[in-house]
Amino acid sequence: MSASTSPVIERGTATSRIAAVAVAVIIALLAIAPQFLSAGAVDRMTALFIYVILAAMWNALAGFGGLVSVGQQVFFGLGAYFAIRLADAGLNPFASLFVSAIVVGVVSVPLSLFMLRLRNGEFAIGMWVIAALTHLLVNLDRLVQGETGTSLISLNVYDAGTRRMTIYWLALASMTALLAMLFGLLRGSTGAAIRAIRDNEDAAASVGVRVTGTKRLLFVLAAFGIGIAGALWLATSITFQPKTYFNVQWTAYMIFMVLVGGIGTFEGAILGALVFFLIETWFGGAGVWYLIGLGATAVLFSLFLPRGLWGTVEERFGLRLLPVGYRVRLPGNPTAPADDGTAPSPRQTTQHQEKA
Amino acid sequence: MSLLSVENLVVRHGLLQAVRGVSFTIERGETLALVGANGAGKTTLLRAIAGAHQPAAGRVLMDGADLTGVPSHKRVGMGIALVPEGRKLFVQMTVEENLLLGKTAGRPGDWSVDKVLEMFPNLKPRRHARTGHLSGGEQQATAIGRALMSNPDVLLLDEVSLGLSPLIVDRVYAALQGLISSGTTIILVEQDLNRALAVSDRVICMLEGRVALEGSSKTVSRDEVTKAYFGLHRKSSGSVPA
Amino acid sequence: MSNQIIQGILLGGYYALIACGLSFMFSVMRIINLAHGSLAVFAAYALWLLASRFHVSPFVGLLIVLPLMAVIGWTLQRFLLERSARGGALLPILTTFGLAIVIDNLLFEQFGADTRSLAPYIGSLSYDSWEWPGSIYVGKLAVIMFATAVVLLGGLQLFLTHTRLGRSIRATSEDPDTAGLVGVDARCANAIAAAIAMVTVGLAGAFLGMRATFDPYAGAPQLLFAFEAAVIGGAGSLWGTLIGGIVLALAQTLGAQVHPQGFLIGGHAVFLVVLFVRLSTSGLGLRGLLRLPSRSAS
Repeated sequence: MSASTSPVIERGTATSRIAAVAVAVIIALLAIAPQFLSAGAVDRMTALFIYVILAAMWNALAGFGGLVSVGQQVFFGLGAYFAIRLADAGLNPFASLFVSAIVVGVVSVPLSLFMLRLRNGEFAIGMWVIAALTHLLVNLDRLVQGETGTSLISLNVYDAGTRRMTIYWLALASMTALLAMLFGLLRGSTGAAIRAIRDNEDAAASVGVRVTGTKRLLFVLAAFGIGIAGALWLATSITFQPKTYFNVQWTAYMIFMVLVGGIGTFEGAILGALVFFLIETWFGGAGVWYLIGLGATAVLFSLFLPRGLWGTVEERFGLRLLPVGYRVRLPGNPTAPADDGTAPSPRQTTQHQEKA
Repeated sequence: MSLLSVENLVVRHGLLQAVRGVSFTIERGETLALVGANGAGKTTLLRAIAGAHQPAAGRVLMDGADLTGVPSHKRVGMGIALVPEGRKLFVQMTVEENLLLGKTAGRPGDWSVDKVLEMFPNLKPRRHARTGHLSGGEQQATAIGRALMSNPDVLLLDEVSLGLSPLIVDRVYAALQGLISSGTTIILVEQDLNRALAVSDRVICMLEGRVALEGSSKTVSRDEVTKAYFGLHRKSSGSVPA
Repeated sequence: MSNQIIQGILLGGYYALIACGLSFMFSVMRIINLAHGSLAVFAAYALWLLASRFHVSPFVGLLIVLPLMAVIGWTLQRFLLERSARGGALLPILTTFGLAIVIDNLLFEQFGADTRSLAPYIGSLSYDSWEWPGSIYVGKLAVIMFATAVVLLGGLQLFLTHTRLGRSIRATSEDPDTAGLVGVDARCANAIAAAIAMVTVGLAGAFLGMRATFDPYAGAPQLLFAFEAAVIGGAGSLWGTLIGGIVLALAQTLGAQVHPQGFLIGGHAVFLVVLFVRLSTSGLGLRGLLRLPSRSAS
């Protein structure tokens, strides 16, 4: 990099400014959409929002924190379980959904002290053990009645229409808020640390990045977000069977969405959730072959397109709609490798950001 | 035909070009010394010959056979053995196990565990000790022995004196002298210029990835080599190889 | 009570069997294969198919299934894991997890949800027992299982320390680049290690089918058992795996005494306790919960 040209540091591009407006418009449209949608469509959209939350949260953990967990269903199940417990204790059912998520977040703090010291595969499968054990313990609760399960009965005081709309808006609001939190986190000062850890954990630690603290933040955020998702899922389906909620299938879905969309990219997780939603809509009826297809797609993506759809698009075209990093433009030499286009861009942005 | 020839070899580490178009040949029985400052590309060059790095351009020929795309373990089978910088022993394994690993390629020859122990008597009592517990000199002896166990045609020695006391270095070189006089072909990287010139037939001085000087060790002057070592020759004379 | 302890110890043999492949693969290739349990269940189904359809005794069936598992291991390493491992340490977790989903659901598609067992095809062995002094009855199958585990672990240990191939595998596990420089074909060594690991998985699958029932989704718990036994025993030798298996089984036995649902809880709990103790005593250097089995060999 020659010293004569003065690089311009950008936090967004023209495309990203258009995208920001588009995001606001989309959210506004989604907010009024139930007026025009059938009851079934509203339910499906609610499911989509929950998938986006799941994908974004798993991506926050794996894509940004470098922590691949196959036990995230523990937070999904606990989100639902605590909501049942809180509602049973007399709390308003809608309020209990969010209080439950906060409890899940709190529970995840001591868990993180313990689990974050495991590495890679050991962390992944260790989380699975935690999920299996939690499932067994929840089964012991008399209220749950083992695998028979129970229901969020208190939600039945609201009529079906109100319930559906409220849950829709709660899901939309939760999704928007969680994505905004994650976006803010990635753009803020923690974001630099997060990207440094993602690129090279040891190097990040050696230059003074608080690796464990940052990872813990992501771990707790993911637990909280997935807790909300589980509670919302409970609200849409009313019944709580531990086997359904503590099923590793949920983590499989998360992995599929993030892997297909693009691990470690903010937009990728959302795209992956959309893809998964469409696949489920079209092929969900195919039963077991649908699941085989999901697993096989995940394997193929991990082998041949590990950066996922969005990561590949980003790499090839330098496109960034919701920029969480920085970009350095060299005015004298627009095709220099520092400009994204040839080199893997996220790494570039991190590198230059740290210099800045 | 030369035993080993290197033609316009270019090796990159990411964006960094460590070796930039190096060519030379070595004849059977010859000892070639590679000298140059740290970062001149000597280690990378040796590792590329051994197959640990894939070159970005150029090629390496062994007995006229192009080695491009031949993985390192097959190169051992073709008679190239590297004693890597920092020795790189399998520290969880014993001296004997490390030596036996050298036999994996299965080349015929008369090197055996006993013969190595004869060459380096200090290893005899340590035969069943894990190499992680050995002294620097013992480790170096094991690394050289491990390479010899493959009965190589060309032995590549990367800084065998690194981190050893002068007394131990003398011992290692005394052992190597036997190899050299027995006609083993050797390329060695050595920081000590006097020693490099003393043991070799020919010397190549590298500077910033290129060959700055090549000449017979007996006729080249120490002054010339020093100049090439620091890049001073570029101003003083026009004898820079392209 | 002493009866139960003996049963628990013998059950530990099964856990050691299923754990040794997992920790072996991890120690050589640094990959935790999340499809490990599913592959064991696959082997059990293969034996069941041979027995129920072609009247091949499961013991004879092993002569077909174990080589098949070796081929699967070799193929898996060469075409899936090797490629995936080049993308970093996290990618193989995702690849093997995807693979587990594929295997589980293919088994479900092929064999349905019914639980199966190999017990009907091994005659009286499934219920025969020896009477030991003190009116303790030990199942013949359980004893065979335990003996198999001991022989397998010992054999693996001898293989790693005393054969050229074993040394090559250990060298590759320690430093694949340098292994190449001394003439070891690291890719081949890894593929052979994967094949060996899958043979042990095949054996574990056989015993799983003989001692209990299995269904298409039984892979996940087997994976967890294997992981737990490997971590508990992970003091650095294959024999540690046996101890890990025994501890896990004893904790489960104890858990079942305390509460009807306590069998699994006891196992998971002892795993977490061991993990906790290990974490609080070892400081930060926790790169190797699962360590190289060859390290204790000298």
